[in-house]
Amino acid sequence: MATATKDGLESDIVKFISQCRKKEHPESYLIAVLHKVQEKYGYLSQDHMNEVAQRLQVPTSTVSGVATFYHFFRLRPRGKYAISVCLGTACFVKGADKVLNAFQTELGIEMGETTADGLFSLENTRCLGVCALAPVVTINDTVYSKVTANQVPELIRQVKSGKNVEG
Amino acid sequence: MKDNAMKNIELTIDNTTVSVPEGTTIMEAAETIGIKIPRLCYHPDLSLEGACRVCIVEVQGSRNYLPSCATRVQDGMKVRTNSPEIRQARRDLIELILDNHPRECQTCERDGNCELQDLAYSLGVRERLFEGKRKAHEIERSSASVIRDAEKCILCRRCVRVCSEIQGIHNLSQLYRGFDTVVAPAYEGPMAESVCINCGQCINVCPVASFLEKSSTEPVWAALADPNKHVMVQIAPSIRAAIAEGFNAPPGTPATGQTVTALRRLGFDVVFDTNFGADLTIVEEAHEFMERLKTGKNLPLLTSCSPGWIKFLEHFYPEFIPNASSCKSPMQMLSTLMKTFYAEKTGISVRDIYVVGIMPCVAKKFEIERPEHLMPDGTPYTDAVLTTRELIWMIKAYGIDFMNLPEGEFDNPLGYSTGAADIFGTTGGVMEAALRTAAEKLTGQPLAHLDFKEVRAVSGLKEASLEIAGQKINVAVANGLNNAKTILEKVKAGKKQYHLIELMACPGGCIGGGGQPYPPEGHYVLDPEVIRLRANALYTIDERKTIRKSHENPFIQTLYEEYLEKPGSHKAHEILHTSYSPREPKGIK
Repeated sequence: MATATKDGLESDIVKFISQCRKKEHPESYLIAVLHKVQEKYGYLSQDHMNEVAQRLQVPTSTVSGVATFYHFFRLRPRGKYAISVCLGTACFVKGADKVLNAFQTELGIEMGETTADGLFSLENTRCLGVCALAPVVTINDTVYSKVTANQVPELIRQVKSGKNVEG
Repeated sequence: MKDNAMKNIELTIDNTTVSVPEGTTIMEAAETIGIKIPRLCYHPDLSLEGACRVCIVEVQGSRNYLPSCATRVQDGMKVRTNSPEIRQARRDLIELILDNHPRECQTCERDGNCELQDLAYSLGVRERLFEGKRKAHEIERSSASVIRDAEKCILCRRCVRVCSEIQGIHNLSQLYRGFDTVVAPAYEGPMAESVCINCGQCINVCPVASFLEKSSTEPVWAALADPNKHVMVQIAPSIRAAIAEGFNAPPGTPATGQTVTALRRLGFDVVFDTNFGADLTIVEEAHEFMERLKTGKNLPLLTSCSPGWIKFLEHFYPEFIPNASSCKSPMQMLSTLMKTFYAEKTGISVRDIYVVGIMPCVAKKFEIERPEHLMPDGTPYTDAVLTTRELIWMIKAYGIDFMNLPEGEFDNPLGYSTGAADIFGTTGGVMEAALRTAAEKLTGQPLAHLDFKEVRAVSGLKEASLEIAGQKINVAVANGLNNAKTILEKVKAGKKQYHLIELMACPGGCIGGGGQPYPPEGHYVLDPEVIRLRANALYTIDERKTIRKSHENPFIQTLYEEYLEKPGSHKAHEILHTSYSPREPKGIK
């Protein structure tokens, strides 16, 4: 049990779950466990959710019910670079929709999807609180301000070549 | 209600003073003065949901209407169940549900039997003002037994609750949120690949048509119309105790003879009785039980008639598979005999025989497709299973005046049965039938009294210790799979040594099966009163029979002499026994 089972959850999460099992109402730790899984793997795969269900002894239907209820949980793998286009009011009136369109066209994916090469995913964001910089795009933890649709192809090229953004 | 000194609460409902025990809900209190507040998501035997708000009432001093199902009475409370405003609010709620519900009433299987339709009528919805956004979901037909139609779902969660609280399966839950909310197995996966045990209780409790059994009426009509087919039918013990409800008879009206006649009118060539299979099961199982008692191996013996329970065993408790009886279910024993013994005896080609089982059960539809229940050529021993509901529909579709039919008799040799077989349909019945035979075989003497009242009553869990031939035999009877969990966990903990445990998936046993008629007027689904009345009908039939012990069935005795040699023989094992294996996905205990 010390190391990960084949493709299974890694030992620190397994250990965390077994600690939860010893507490009262272990099922109440489900969200905490899912947080850890997503933190480690970037998303919640069915295999991992199944393993959480078995180890925590919470029905799989409950696990998937919780995972689909909260927007925080991602059910598909996230790309190496997670692109968020802010669609808050200020960004929107400054043309964020056009920026989003440009990303969609350039990457060939829709909101919530990931490119086939696993590099980019497009995510939805509401106001980041930096409206003076609108429209705002974040790629992983880097913030880009006053982005225009025209800049999008170049931005993607830069990111691909490893500039500016930590992978 | 847990306090020993239970206090009474006095309140007024619609200006009538009511005194009820502390902890009573407004809904329950209103019923004591004859007011049935309209309701939808509420079910008395399931946890409170408070999702639909249809049961709202006005409580003086409260700013909002309160759901009467979830509000406990308080001293001095002044409740109004009716006013033009409350009626309007209830009507609005129903209209809002209807706004995104398919307008398919005339073609819907629950037409005339739908709680939403009833409420729309009784609350006075006479026009539709808005066309709301409609959910779009494909009908999910992967399961052999249960169809899931999320488009009709009104999110009352009764199915979710019955699946977890009564059955302990937890197969269904709500996924996603808001308008996108859908009730489905984990990951919205197919029912066929889920831990669903096909009990069909979701169908029973669904107020609309979001869950339905997979219908087999079309292939059966086709077989009946085919002049080259020799169509044979068998009816399960519990059908005779419930079918009359479909024709407005009160629950508990036995209708064995009418059912036989109706089947002949429908055109079945031969009408056999699953009861014969039940008698045979008892003889085989009692033999198996005595062998295990002798060796002390694989005790307790777990019964195996209920296909819902068996699938549960495979998903949730595979470690108990060696304990399960290897006996096929009565239906499968009989179907196998029809396509072996009967076919050989009559010279009718197996290929021309079409076997139909009339069952209270939707899991039986799955059972007949299990690979171990196929003939060597890959075709099933039982060609189709119809639920009680489907048969009722066929009888009505044909135009048969069921209640006024003369009483018919089953065909022989596979239609004769003892009283022990009749009670198979109720919880505790298999146990009692087995004890009648086992006790007599163990003592070697005729039984003084046949009624094992210790294992009767329709409660979910019963235990008894019996003295048989100087040996103490501990037995348990569980129905509803949460109760099965309780008893199996007790066995695992080793606190008590059980010898024989009867397990049935459905509350009350087969009489409460997922394919039984929807509850008649004045009763609710899973109503213990209906279950009790159906059980009484079976016990009455048993009492009136002259032969009440399975091993005394003369046709069974002949069958062994002519064909099966003796209980537990090689031949018997070959055609009457089966095996089980662990099944994925693993259930959560």
